[in-house]
Amino acid sequence: MTAHTQEQPPSSSKLRRFFQKRTPKPYTHPYLAGAILGLVLFLSFFITGNGLGASGGLSHIQAFFEDLIAPGHVDRTPYLIGIAGGDTNPLASWLVFLAVGVVLGGFVSGWLNGRVKVETGKGPQITARKRWMVALFGGMIFGFGARFARGCTSGQALSGGATLSMGSWVLMFAIFGSAYGLAYFVRRLWL
Amino acid sequence: MPIFPLNLMQLLGPAGAYVVYLAIGFAFGWSLEIAGFGSSPKLAAQFYFRDMTVLKVMFTAIVVAMVLIAGASALGLLDYNLIWVNPTYLWPGIVGGLIMGVGFILGGYCPGTSLVGAATAKIDAMFFVLGAFVGVFIFAETVDMFSIFWTSSDMGRVTLPEVFGLPTGVVVLLLVLMALFMFWGSEQLERIFGKRNLKREPKARYAGALVLVLGAVVVALIGQPTLEDRWSWIAPEREAQLSAREVQIHPGELITSMHDHHLRIVMLDVRSESDYNQFHLEAAQNISLVQLVEIAPELLRLPGNTVVVVMSNGEQDATQAWRDLVASGVPNVYILEGGLNGWLDLFAAEESSISKLSAPIGDEDLGYRFGAALGAHYSAASPLSLEIDIEFEPKIELEIKRGPVGKGCG
Repeated sequence: MTAHTQEQPPSSSKLRRFFQKRTPKPYTHPYLAGAILGLVLFLSFFITGNGLGASGGLSHIQAFFEDLIAPGHVDRTPYLIGIAGGDTNPLASWLVFLAVGVVLGGFVSGWLNGRVKVETGKGPQITARKRWMVALFGGMIFGFGARFARGCTSGQALSGGATLSMGSWVLMFAIFGSAYGLAYFVRRLWL
Repeated sequence: MPIFPLNLMQLLGPAGAYVVYLAIGFAFGWSLEIAGFGSSPKLAAQFYFRDMTVLKVMFTAIVVAMVLIAGASALGLLDYNLIWVNPTYLWPGIVGGLIMGVGFILGGYCPGTSLVGAATAKIDAMFFVLGAFVGVFIFAETVDMFSIFWTSSDMGRVTLPEVFGLPTGVVVLLLVLMALFMFWGSEQLERIFGKRNLKREPKARYAGALVLVLGAVVVALIGQPTLEDRWSWIAPEREAQLSAREVQIHPGELITSMHDHHLRIVMLDVRSESDYNQFHLEAAQNISLVQLVEIAPELLRLPGNTVVVVMSNGEQDATQAWRDLVASGVPNVYILEGGLNGWLDLFAAEESSISKLSAPIGDEDLGYRFGAALGAHYSAASPLSLEIDIEFEPKIELEIKRGPVGKGCG
């Protein structure tokens, strides 16, 4: 795969071996992993009153960079004022710490289980380069939709699902409905 | 009174609270990774019925958390009113969900899983994260163009038990059964499309399902705390406040507070509609004692500087309203001292069309006669235009709001 050769510095063969040659341990059984995730979700609500989230943190980090480049523009854009207007530090938000925690937790777990590996996840029929472009495009659409729906699969489907929010349940079925509806037409990406 | 959720900012300060969120995020990322959610082919396989891991993990997580939340609330450990329940914006939610589905099947991730993917060096996940940044940027820049739709169908905090008119425990049990049915269906799909041998699946999953169902049954049998239960937890302390007259504010304090731009005053008039139509304070909302309990969750969503002032003709009904709101967990609730009758005693003297009744009246009767039912169109009805140099003993003290800090996360 082109992905491997392009991303690895050629000199550090030791590093490459570490990242590529380890045998990954199998994933935890879905029901057990789900129960653990459910326990984390419960503890989050129990201790803080807030659920889990990811896209909110991305939104704050994005606002942080926009505020560095164009603070005046941020102060004139209604949606951004609440996040980064005036002296508000968009990084001083629980959502950002949650998102940073997700990255750290994902890395440590992946590392301990030998699953930190430079690679491109894709179907066998497309090139890595094409997969990257589609991922970029998909991320854009998802990011836009997540803000539109006031939360993504974590903040709405998981968190709102567990607290019995009607809107979150409706939204969850909308996400899956639309993904299933489109799956057949983009099967070349994955199968 | 349930001590959870904790007021982290008050207990630990911002730095401590952020450490807690960092730890929760860490556990979240960890559990996503062990489920295999860092790998886009595994996530996408869900949509071709080959590997139903996404559905299994998500629904297990949802029902486990749901049973635990409802259970903690039933036992009086957790205040369900104080946890963040995503407000329902029905149509923007549906449209946003449909858009996210497109992003999911194309991108192969959702934002949380893409962070885990990127953390485990998946290059496609890094591109997805980059795209997500662009997506939230585009949204922030364009939302003004469709803000009317985006803020439409705001139904507030609507929960499934309210929608179906069933007790919370029953809804939880039904959802657990629905999830188990979906798991069974998923396994059948995996057998057919993914050629999986179900005989090799661990038998322990039946035990897990049984524990979940039994847990949900127990939660349904205990039931959620009623308003009376909630009041009984706090009654001794709160009744003492009432008899020490710590929460009955003088009309002068109400007027002063309305001039205070640091405060946001919400006035709730709990009298009959006819009395309200005769005379009421400008910006006071008429609401019956029954409806009051239903809007309590909405009051909980208001910013931390909100002060709720309840009023009736005397103080009796307002006091009941106060008890109901306080029991629901609403902070900073006060009673208008002397009620509307007391208010009119102070401010109606100059109004020729308002006259005091001479006959003795009951505690909650309107003690004045009005020339016409002008509602708030009397000068005595407009607190902002009235004299404020009245002496009073200030009683309002803002309590720090506990619970959800709001804002749709995700």
